[in-house]
Amino acid sequence: MGKKLLIHNDKVANIHTLEVYRAHGGYASVEKALKTMTPDQVTDEVKKSGLRGRGGAGFPTGMKWSFLAKPEGVNRYLVCNADESEPGTFKDRYLMEKIPHALIEGMITSSYALGAKSSYIYIRGEYFYVARIVEKAIAEAYAAGWLGKNILGTDFSHDCYVQVGGGAYICGEETALLESLEGKRGNPRIKPPFPAVAGLWGCPTVVNNVETIAAVVPIVNDGGEEYAKIGIGKSTGTKLISASGHINKPGVYEIELGIPVEEFIYSEEYCGGIRNGKKMKAVVAGGSSVPILPTELILKTAKGEPRLMTYESLSDGGFATGTMLGSGGFIVMDEDTSIVKNLFTFSRFYHHESCGQCSPCREGTGWMEKILKKFLNGTANESDVDLLWDIQSKIEGKTICPLGEAAAWPVAAAIRHFKQEFLDVARNKKFVDVSHYNRLNKINA
Amino acid sequence: MSSQVHGTQHFDKAKRAEVKFSDEAMNVVQTIISHYPEGKQKSALLPVLHVAQAEFGGWLSPEVMDYVASVLKIKPIEVFEVASFYTMYNLKPMGKCVLEVCQTSSCWLNGAEDIVKYIEKKLNIKVGETTADGMFSLKVAECLGSCGTAPMLQCGASYHENLTYEKVDKILDDYKSAGKLRSYTDHDYKNTL
Repeated sequence: MGKKLLIHNDKVANIHTLEVYRAHGGYASVEKALKTMTPDQVTDEVKKSGLRGRGGAGFPTGMKWSFLAKPEGVNRYLVCNADESEPGTFKDRYLMEKIPHALIEGMITSSYALGAKSSYIYIRGEYFYVARIVEKAIAEAYAAGWLGKNILGTDFSHDCYVQVGGGAYICGEETALLESLEGKRGNPRIKPPFPAVAGLWGCPTVVNNVETIAAVVPIVNDGGEEYAKIGIGKSTGTKLISASGHINKPGVYEIELGIPVEEFIYSEEYCGGIRNGKKMKAVVAGGSSVPILPTELILKTAKGEPRLMTYESLSDGGFATGTMLGSGGFIVMDEDTSIVKNLFTFSRFYHHESCGQCSPCREGTGWMEKILKKFLNGTANESDVDLLWDIQSKIEGKTICPLGEAAAWPVAAAIRHFKQEFLDVARNKKFVDVSHYNRLNKINA
Repeated sequence: MSSQVHGTQHFDKAKRAEVKFSDEAMNVVQTIISHYPEGKQKSALLPVLHVAQAEFGGWLSPEVMDYVASVLKIKPIEVFEVASFYTMYNLKPMGKCVLEVCQTSSCWLNGAEDIVKYIEKKLNIKVGETTADGMFSLKVAECLGSCGTAPMLQCGASYHENLTYEKVDKILDDYKSAGKLRSYTDHDYKNTL
């Protein structure tokens, strides 16, 4: 069993209540930080831990915190990005639903380090029932004095609020999230200035993912060095992985960074292998936007070394033969899966979610969806594969925010690794979907 | 022009005069506004629109948007540009129960298309339509963060996961016999479930 730091208590009855959470050592990091550490010492521990942003980008959290501008007399804010919308990702929902106080504790400790008097948890609108759970936990924390004025009798006062979104993937991009939090359309801002200088209402702001903020709790409790002992190289600590698709045991797993991909997929402790005795065809390892890899490349790098669940190992070989850890949205596809059709669902998604600000993304995502639809209705030609490649190459790097890349990368990777499948569909002039052996038909047969 | 046009809906002055939050809803709105600094009440717009949608029949009419603008002391266009950007706000009347079936990758891998076809057949409507009795609307949605429990559908605040045809039958029967409007804020202040 690997070490767990975030969801080790997820099966404890009523762990969502303050009483039970506290009985299991909850809020110790707040006590330790406020009573025995300076804000800078907390930031130093986070730096030492090597913690990297768990939303997908993997930027070092301690460094992000140290960029926060601290002009006199100007409010600073911590904003939690709980707009979890990357297809294949549902870990933040699990954490907030099961152990909401882990997030709130992390918000208080992190806000202390940043000198933020207020913080906001921006939860995607569809997770309304989760927002309700978090709001109840916040009310409990206020009643017990963990939030509000002079926490634990210190000078530190803090207010924490929940805001629900309205249903827009783009609000997971931090500047779009801030726009949305200000009551506007989720159009990403041009950077610089970065939120660390001008964020929420023009004030210095740190935006961190739910899991990142929750990880601050064990880092402060055990020390950054202890946290950094877990993992390999620059991939320290534990990571929540959302596992879905054609596996025996879909769900949220906390892994020590560094375990082999093969172990994660086939061991009973995690995914438990492929469903219905089928063979694995491909994996999307870090949410829909990261490159899909065929079985041979997800299990082993191009050099023949076992692929590990780390930022570095998953990206080994660049996009030619590698992928990314991303958000940890791990989608497994079996041998019957149509890569063409799966890509169509991704492209439809990105077309739907493009905010429309930048032409390459607004138009390009629509064109890609249209062309992929031709493959599905039997009107595609072989040249459409090249056209698809051409369009994706003209989106990447030409947009204000990374949604452009997120839409282009899955198309590029699908063609890179499964070009023959696209050509076969185009030549046969018909699309045969053999994916429908699925669980539904079995149960309802 | 005597009337403003919002999408396909027309602004009706007489209807506008009738739009007003209940005391209960107004309390919720005031609490939401209190979460933001003085003068930043526009930030409350997204959550307040959810309350408005629940309060005024499950959709946002031009009159309701105009009213929300007056409550938050912002321009009506600021409300409309937001309401039209985010997918959870309905700009036309919907059925009491809006069934939103997730169709993105993991749900598709697990048979979401079959679920959609099954509901279409059972309710005798297509995606985007509402049943004649006004009970159900069927929509498809993009990833709702339920990939490990696919396939799934959302109705109001409720997630229905690991769907089978039998489960869908039961869900539709339960909703129909309750006959209530389902909104995203159900768990928030109405507890109608």
